[in-house]
Amino acid sequence: MMRELAKNKITLASAVFILIMLIFALFAPLIATYDPTRVDTKFILSPPSSQHIFGTDTLGRDIFSRIVYGARISLSIGFIAVGIAVLIGIFFGSIAGYYGGKIDSIIMRFVDIMLCFPTLFLILAVIAFLEPSIFNIMIVIGITNWMGVARLIRAEILTLKERDFVACARVMGASDMWIILRHLIPNAIGPVLVSATLGIGGAILIESALSFLGIGVQPPTPSWGNILMDGKSTLGVAWWLTIFPGLFILFTVLSYNLLGSALRDILEPRLKN
Amino acid sequence: MDGDMVNYIARRILGLIPVFFGITLISFFVIHLAPGRPTDLQTTLNPKVSYEAKLRWEKMEGLDKPIHIQYMRWLEKFIKLDFGRSYIDDRNVSEKIRERIPITLLLNILSIFFIFAIGVPLGVMSAVKRESFLDKITTVFVFFGFSVPEFWLALLLMSFFGISLGWLPISGIKSIDFEYLSLGAKILDVGRHLILPVTIAAFGSLAGISRYMRSSMIGVINQDFIRASRAKGLKESEVIYKHALKNAILPVITIIGLSVPGLIGGSVIFESIFSIPGMGRLFYEAVMARDYNTIMGVLSIGAVLTLFGNFLADIAYSYADPRIRISEK
Repeated sequence: MMRELAKNKITLASAVFILIMLIFALFAPLIATYDPTRVDTKFILSPPSSQHIFGTDTLGRDIFSRIVYGARISLSIGFIAVGIAVLIGIFFGSIAGYYGGKIDSIIMRFVDIMLCFPTLFLILAVIAFLEPSIFNIMIVIGITNWMGVARLIRAEILTLKERDFVACARVMGASDMWIILRHLIPNAIGPVLVSATLGIGGAILIESALSFLGIGVQPPTPSWGNILMDGKSTLGVAWWLTIFPGLFILFTVLSYNLLGSALRDILEPRLKN
Repeated sequence: MDGDMVNYIARRILGLIPVFFGITLISFFVIHLAPGRPTDLQTTLNPKVSYEAKLRWEKMEGLDKPIHIQYMRWLEKFIKLDFGRSYIDDRNVSEKIRERIPITLLLNILSIFFIFAIGVPLGVMSAVKRESFLDKITTVFVFFGFSVPEFWLALLLMSFFGISLGWLPISGIKSIDFEYLSLGAKILDVGRHLILPVTIAAFGSLAGISRYMRSSMIGVINQDFIRASRAKGLKESEVIYKHALKNAILPVITIIGLSVPGLIGGSVIFESIFSIPGMGRLFYEAVMARDYNTIMGVLSIGAVLTLFGNFLADIAYSYADPRIRISEK
């Protein structure tokens, strides 16, 4: 009982943190204390103070304001990339699971092949050939991360399609499309919801790593990853440049992961421990 | 090694062939995303080259042929490990990769070793002593491990152990005076340079493995044969480490195989941060310079290495569990 309560407290804290980040993203202009791209040569690398609560970067830009605006970019990349991945995964997974046979083995072989590519290599290669715009990054993360969802949906549908209500629908003359969309996918969506929640954290991590390497979101647009770009050159000189943006990434991803695992306990109680 | 095992390995190798072709097809598709043509550097971008010479060159490279012929040609070169020349320094791409592979392999093998050596005992201990202090600490550690950006952790460790304390070097794999050191000192030197990168590389997967090990172990401990071996009076340590561990470790082998693409991909991040001259760094430099031939070479080799890693994991699994190689006949 105490354990459940403690767990709920943690889940609640995660939800609250995510909510705050969403508010940051939605109302960035109201919350940010400065223009996130304003260069101020008088305040280059100034440590946290009452004027700049998280300090300033190598160009004198206010870190707090950049983090607030960065929430917009990083969170929307997380959401949309996962949205794309889930849609592709549901499409392939449900077709493979429902039709079985040759179609299934071709699709699942394709999934195996995609899984052979070191994720980051594939993402970087595609980005190198396209422009590293925010839109392209969403798409690339989406098309390289759908395989898990496809496997989940397929496995669910394999067992669901043998159930009586599906046979019943078929007898009543429902089309394959109708059965998949109205009967199978809604019943298989639980595990996908869990994996999508965990996936948002993963996508935010990928975006931040890409931007940190300079191949993601391009400055001056702030994202949580590219604020950290200056972190390496100022290592040991300006700790605030590294600590604050990193903590925001860490706690956001942590919140999504905790929320995802709480969701799993609710939706799939049989998996609990 | 018995007949079943040989049979199993042979079947797995046959199964790899279509996957290998799939990898080359996807790589080929990715190249064709590239704007312009691979000869543009020598032709369109070179003012001294006329339009006729450009066409002649493209004909020579086979770029006027239909796409499936181009793929066959490319595949033929691929099998000979000929990825063309790098746009950066005009050197053979396969030669550049060959120089860089050993250090990346060393890093990844060391990481996998530590993931296994630390993750497995950690998982076993939290499974045996569920709800204990250690179990709770491990749970917290696991969630952090999944959530922490690797490159950020690297920056923190570099600034703490490298700069504030000055204990560990933060870039490269050897010191400037490396050539003058004795053999023992050389090994020590490389070892010191590897501590931080290997820690970072292992950190994320370590969390995952200890979690899998924990749930796998809990599953086994609740089975009847464990109760039976307790009932016949075996010591608890014997029950856990001899009977339960053997069974629980099996799925973890597969998971380690599955974490290979993440590790190899992750080498881009930590090799860039620690300035380690490995394959990840080569890839990163190639991406920054849009050096298509090198990008394609590393991408395909990375995929083949992953394929090989999964293959080894499969073999290890079937070696440890005879049911696999017999049931899949």
